Amino acid sequence: MKSLSLLAASLVCASAMSSAAFAQTTLTMWYHGAGNEDESNIINQIISDFNASQSDWVVEIESFPQAAYNDSVVAGALAGNLPDILDVDGPVMPNWAWSGYMQPLQIDETKIANYLPGTKGVWNGELYSIGLWDAAISLVTRQSYLDELGLRVPTLEQPWTGEEFMDALAKAKASGKFDYALDLGTAWTGEWYPYAFSPFLQSFGGDIVDRATYTTAEGVLNGDAAVEFGNWWQGLFTEGYAQATQDPADRDNGFNSGKYAFSWNGNWAALGTLDAYDDVLFLPAPDFGNGPKIGAASWQFGVSASSEHPEGASAFIEFALQDKYLAEFSNGIGLIPATASAAAMTENYKEGGPLAVFFELSEAQALVRPVTPGYVVAAKVFEKALADIANGADVQDTLDSAVDEIDADIAKNDNYGF
Amino acid sequence: MASKFTRSNSTGWMMAGPAAALMALFIVLPFLFAIGFSFTNQRLISPNPTQFVGLSNYSQLLGMSLLTLEPEKDDAGNVVREADGSATYPALRGYTRNNADYPHLDGMREWFSVTLGDSRTYVLARDVVFMKAVVNTIIFVLIVAPVQGGLALVLALLINQRLRGINFFRAIYFMPVVVSIVVVSLLWRFIYDGQSGLLNNLLGALTFGTFPRIDWLGNPSTALGAIIAMSIWQAVGFHMVIWLSGLQTISPSLYEAAAIEGASKWQTFRYVTWPGLRNTAVLVLIVITMQAFALFSQIDVMTSGGPLDSTQTIVFQAVERGYGKQDISGGSTISVILFVFVLAVSLLQRWLTREKK
Repeated sequence: MKSLSLLAASLVCASAMSSAAFAQTTLTMWYHGAGNEDESNIINQIISDFNASQSDWVVEIESFPQAAYNDSVVAGALAGNLPDILDVDGPVMPNWAWSGYMQPLQIDETKIANYLPGTKGVWNGELYSIGLWDAAISLVTRQSYLDELGLRVPTLEQPWTGEEFMDALAKAKASGKFDYALDLGTAWTGEWYPYAFSPFLQSFGGDIVDRATYTTAEGVLNGDAAVEFGNWWQGLFTEGYAQATQDPADRDNGFNSGKYAFSWNGNWAALGTLDAYDDVLFLPAPDFGNGPKIGAASWQFGVSASSEHPEGASAFIEFALQDKYLAEFSNGIGLIPATASAAAMTENYKEGGPLAVFFELSEAQALVRPVTPGYVVAAKVFEKALADIANGADVQDTLDSAVDEIDADIAKNDNYGF
Repeated sequence: MASKFTRSNSTGWMMAGPAAALMALFIVLPFLFAIGFSFTNQRLISPNPTQFVGLSNYSQLLGMSLLTLEPEKDDAGNVVREADGSATYPALRGYTRNNADYPHLDGMREWFSVTLGDSRTYVLARDVVFMKAVVNTIIFVLIVAPVQGGLALVLALLINQRLRGINFFRAIYFMPVVVSIVVVSLLWRFIYDGQSGLLNNLLGALTFGTFPRIDWLGNPSTALGAIIAMSIWQAVGFHMVIWLSGLQTISPSLYEAAAIEGASKWQTFRYVTWPGLRNTAVLVLIVITMQAFALFSQIDVMTSGGPLDSTQTIVFQAVERGYGKQDISGGSTISVILFVFVLAVSLLQRWLTREKK
């Protein structure tokens, strides 16, 4: 069946090419999803639909494994060898735009008016990238756990306060039923740390860099709020609520096998949890004083600066912005569709669907990571600081040196144009 | 002065040419670039023009300073003490951050401190992570070079016998060398796992469960040791083969003579085998030292320099900065420092192991 449809698709491609071989211009495209068959099928479907829908452009895709994708783009840019269309992780986009790999999109703004804010990649007042989906994080637990521990169910309107959250962890630990109260996912090194944990810092009132100027981290990453956050973060490990080093296997199925009472995890892992238990709850982030926050922005599409046919590349991206494709990505690989109308077409995110809560979380709590070219370096510094604090390093000293390193990087880059 | 290089050896140059050209292109040229970049603020990718910054990359990496602090005193002039009797000191932060009286300390951090009497001397470094990386690398070299070399010699002596099935053992010992270091590192990460790792299970079974479970790679006091042990195991087979080739060049007639003279096993080793292995020993020592200084893959796969910088190494820092943090000038500077370091150590080793006339 699959090979039949593939054959049909390639026939369509072939006939489209032969009928208009002279007028058509080839657009190249790079994508990060190699190795994921469902994802590849959907993106290939969009491309063949686009190629068949008009006679000016033909898009050709080349897929990379996600782990090697960013390096490939950087290497491609150094060699002056980028494709017309590329996809980019939301927080990395400003770096690529500033470095001159990408150019602003030429798409109709009204088409994306109702898109989730996290899906729009805006840098310097211009739209550089747009995502067909977003991702969100929630505090995963079970109704039966909350009942047993005597805890109220937090809601979007009334999330847990910091004290309520710590009380929940203390009760979960005291119950003796779990290996650890909280599964933070410390096994996932890399971008997970700033994506998942910097919202806690922001809820305390700190941030990775000062978003007012984007030229320093002084005072926001080592101020009183940040130190308070650091002490709280260290406490999670010294109190024995969470593990500073975690077995990757425990991250993958620890919660589903009853080792943890709570899990801080993304929508992409939610389907597995729903299979494991029938009373799963996806709770909003706790509020540590400055509102509950979760991260936003996932992979998005953009046009490379070296593209000779930006209008064609933008036409393809605009073509992909259809609710049916948003819904297909969501159904295929569990992502949060970028519009409410697409969400209504999906199995999981439609009203009353098992994951609909993630769409609401994204709408209500999402905050993009700092929009600056320096984010790429700041994120690594932040990750190391959190790992060190979790392992017992002095909070103030660690945050001070993180600030110094981020500030030194910003200075070395002439303030990244700010 | 017509040297051997210029006299009628065009055939020789043609044969060496391709390799020499490739080495110049991929080793010598990048290294010259690295030296050049280390005096600039070159970024991996940036629209800003590259600027010459002199020695600031070096002073940023190697800058050190001392600060002696007197303990805090109360109004009566008595030293304020903690409950356990130790004196308290003013926070370093007050001196190293935005203090106009100590501009030379701005941005420095405590590397370590020494307490003499009641005053405490802090050794401050501008880049504590790099200092820790240097110390870790030196510890790694100082342990791995003798232990790996010695163990390889023991293995070589063991398999240098005419026994049935000896090739089987040779293959076993050599096997880890053939497997990619990345794969070996991944496997050892499972072995060292804090909860269900093979090592913990083994130790638990041997001691009937009394041995506490240790998170070998997650504990700052065991992480470097764990990586040292695994690295020694991984490459010992390679050096065993070099020793073995050295052993087989020793003429059997020497051993026969020793046997006729009635030499004991130890005397045979001390006066026949060891002198015969002289050149091999120099080679093994220098090769292990240079490989050990280049420690990178194990760190990258197993710990990423953590926990608490206990496994940072020089090369890992060079890659982390140059590529991870897009700071090519910083990474280049580390590479140049490492080059000078390794060159000095190799020259010292050459001098120490020279033929005494």
